[in-house]
Amino acid sequence: MSWQAILEAFESLSTNKMRSGLTMLGIIIGVAAVIAVLALGAGASDSILGEIEAIGSNLLFVTQTTSSEVRNPKPITLEDAEAIADPFAAPSVLAVAPSLQGSAEVTYLNENKNTTLLGVTPDYERVRSARLSEGLFFDSTQLSGNASVVILGYQIAEDLFGRSDGLVGETVRIEGQPFRVIGVLEEKGGSSFNSEDEQILVPLTTAQARLIQRQNPDQVDLIYVQAISAESMVTVEEEIASILRARHRTPIGLDDFTIFTQQAILDVASTVTGVLTIFLGGIAAISLLVGGIGIMNIMLVSVVERTKEIGLRKAMGARKIDILAQFLIESSLLSFVGGCVGIVLGWAISFVVGQIAAGSNMALNPVVDLNSVMLATLFSAAVGLFFGLYPANRAASLEPVEALRAE
Amino acid sequence: MDEFVVNAQNLTKVYKMGDVEVHALRGLSIQISKGEVVSIMGPSGSGKSTLMNIIGCLDKPTSGDYFLDGEKVSELNDDQLATIRNRKVGFVFQNFNLLPRASALANVELPLRYSHNGGKRHQRAKEALEAVGLGDRISHQPNELSGGQQQRVAIARALVNNPAIVMADEPTGNLDTKSGDEIMDLLLKLNQENSTTLIIVTHDPEVAELTQRVVSIRDGEVEN
Repeated sequence: MSWQAILEAFESLSTNKMRSGLTMLGIIIGVAAVIAVLALGAGASDSILGEIEAIGSNLLFVTQTTSSEVRNPKPITLEDAEAIADPFAAPSVLAVAPSLQGSAEVTYLNENKNTTLLGVTPDYERVRSARLSEGLFFDSTQLSGNASVVILGYQIAEDLFGRSDGLVGETVRIEGQPFRVIGVLEEKGGSSFNSEDEQILVPLTTAQARLIQRQNPDQVDLIYVQAISAESMVTVEEEIASILRARHRTPIGLDDFTIFTQQAILDVASTVTGVLTIFLGGIAAISLLVGGIGIMNIMLVSVVERTKEIGLRKAMGARKIDILAQFLIESSLLSFVGGCVGIVLGWAISFVVGQIAAGSNMALNPVVDLNSVMLATLFSAAVGLFFGLYPANRAASLEPVEALRAE
Repeated sequence: MDEFVVNAQNLTKVYKMGDVEVHALRGLSIQISKGEVVSIMGPSGSGKSTLMNIIGCLDKPTSGDYFLDGEKVSELNDDQLATIRNRKVGFVFQNFNLLPRASALANVELPLRYSHNGGKRHQRAKEALEAVGLGDRISHQPNELSGGQQQRVAIARALVNNPAIVMADEPTGNLDTKSGDEIMDLLLKLNQENSTTLIIVTHDPEVAELTQRVVSIRDGEVEN
């Protein structure tokens, strides 16, 4: 295969620009779709996994089982959290942060907002790696004293005050009760679910006593448990389970509580995003296949149209392999050029979608990785070769006498 | 027998069209010496085209032996035939058969492309075009040339690889009388200069008169 042969194939394709362009369009759309879908999938996966990791490190989550198979489930309580925090019963536990979640209306002057209210303990700061842009987190005195203090999420501060600094000491009303602002959380940025910027934090005891009503006044919704290291996660899970089984008096296998590890959630999330990406990528790949069939179709037409030329070339001494190569180069060139344009287009699409996502404050950053580009290039060239093979072979097998006689 | 550039013995060719067998050649023998100018004549259906295809190595006989320039062609496979055509046969067609979107030079280079000794393609193609008097038209495309000029390009293409024989199938059939005469003059002149063996298949008695020998074919046999 020489430069001359490629040049000649290029000339032959450019004599019918409209047809070559339309044929390539099938490959362009297919490759662009594959590239864009893979890039968006990778971006979505990154942002979801990033969000889960941002919750904290080496975390386990303890909640009450909601399954109907467990009879008379006991709620998780503050005492349970304290038992898990016992360094003798659970030596691998670093910190424990029970929390209670509800919704509340926050008011400042004429501004009011419905928000997610979290009742938490001072350990929440460490376990969730919460960062304050100003002020301080609750201390144990404020917790034990049912203090009327609140830490505002960034977006709540912006909505109520129109600013997020210099707010310490201001007073807001939560469900009509006055609370003193002691801190503002740092902006976390866009989040697809339950943004932390839209939350307010109050001491757990305050929430239990005055803001969130539950059947059992000691009840908490969720206990965050931080393990001392990534390796001790399994040990911690066992320690928590044995403590809670003893306290709730449940036989093995019918726990009325559930423990998730952060890793398990990560695994589920990455499996889900992976399956979704493969599924969408597969659909996109079908359009690439359709594009390949388009190439085959047009090459078959081209062989019929150029029967006489093929006959002439054979009379001039072209062997089977020469004619085969000529047509294969043409079909591969179609799919290769289409593939290159498709890569650029797919890249552009993912870039534009990324910009739109950034504009609407969504954490989606499409990642075009080199592997998917290589895969798309190879695949499109292979499509050209595969779908060019049949027409090219047909051309190469023409009898010279018959071909020369064609009009 | 080496003095014959074309030496065919007892050629038969049978086409099967459904259940019917058509005998296009019935034991035909023909010898053509090196440097000879021969015309092959015959009514349509006489087997003239079949003979031309076999002599030009485009087709194989059903039986019989055919030696071209000392090589036994009748037993070669398709690719070997292609190589023989490339090295030993030049074709001139009635309707020129040039590649429409290629320049005169590229058209003449075509046989060299499939040739293993294809060095200096441009140079050799240019010389061949100069030899047919088209040295100033090398970059013109066929649709920018007159019929006579197109046939000259085809002749340059037939000669560029120094073939043992040139097969011309009705070379003047698509031309007016004046251009036709010029083409015949050119073919004969090239035959004299290079002693290329020239085989012309024609209906035209005036063309046949210009050749040294006329072979008449009728019903698949040489007519005496």
